[in-house]
Amino acid sequence: MSHDIMQVFEAEDRGFPAIAVGDTVRVHVRIVEGNKERVQVVQGVIIRHHGGGNDEAFTVRRIASHGIGVERTFLMRSPRIEKIEITRRSKVRRAQLYYLRQRRGKSARLKERR
Amino acid sequence: MKGIIGKKVGMTQIFDDKGNVIPATIIEAGPCYVTQVRTADRDGYVAVQMGYSETNPKRLTQGQLGHLRRNNLPALRHLREFRLRGDDLSVEEGAEIKVDVFEKGERVDVIGISKGRGFAGTIKRHGFHRQPKTHGQSDRERAPGAVGMCATPGRTLPGKKMAGRMGNERVTIKNLEVVVVDAERNLLAVRGSVPGAKNGLVMIKPARH
Repeated sequence: MSHDIMQVFEAEDRGFPAIAVGDTVRVHVRIVEGNKERVQVVQGVIIRHHGGGNDEAFTVRRIASHGIGVERTFLMRSPRIEKIEITRRSKVRRAQLYYLRQRRGKSARLKERR
Repeated sequence: MKGIIGKKVGMTQIFDDKGNVIPATIIEAGPCYVTQVRTADRDGYVAVQMGYSETNPKRLTQGQLGHLRRNNLPALRHLREFRLRGDDLSVEEGAEIKVDVFEKGERVDVIGISKGRGFAGTIKRHGFHRQPKTHGQSDRERAPGAVGMCATPGRTLPGKKMAGRMGNERVTIKNLEVVVVDAERNLLAVRGSVPGAKNGLVMIKPARH
């Protein structure tokens, strides 16, 4: 009963592809700077994916300049997300890929899933 | 006169048009009926008694049913009074009140019964600090510490904060913003949390300023 009521407040599912931990994705995010709006693309590996409904979220880890890792968490139902593209899917054996934080270069690679 | 009785449904996050996330509590409120108007002449104070949640008439006593029947109202499970300031008696007995008495952006106070915590210690109940885990201490980590002085006064002062029953009491959360009003489904969403468990009864009235 109350579950049905909660669904009234659920933001619409905008049909983004079903993402999974280990996927390399390009997330197009709308950013408002002053009164200008632009789209920024964040490309990286999904290291965490959790929640459902309005709370569904995932974390993308990318390697920025000078080899510094940057992680960013997005809310799946946020209207700020324009588009999500999956560029590569990999074989992973855990739900959270936190071990990637300790790795760099070759050892931070994931095997592609076919 | 504004005010409504409802039931806490649960919390979620809602996106506003800018994409910001609002932590919101959903409340299923109304339709309520004005069951009685208390006047200064007759009752010595001014208030509006409202009823909420239609139920099987067999669940009520004849006295309760008779009280409702005066205004030809259905069997209502809960009756609550809202005190009125001044003489704002702009309501009639028997009137129906729905969530649309409130509008988006308005500030409200929400009253509910907080979750019972049972017999709680001083750390949870009064925010005392823990004592050291080490340095020769044993079994005193969550103890309250000293409760008094020495031979003078030779007793513990009344009102000393100690362990005891916590929660299960009336709590008012003031100044919450109304985020959504859905008159069709009798739903209301307010920014932030609201006292009590899910399905708990809450009273909503305009914030006092």
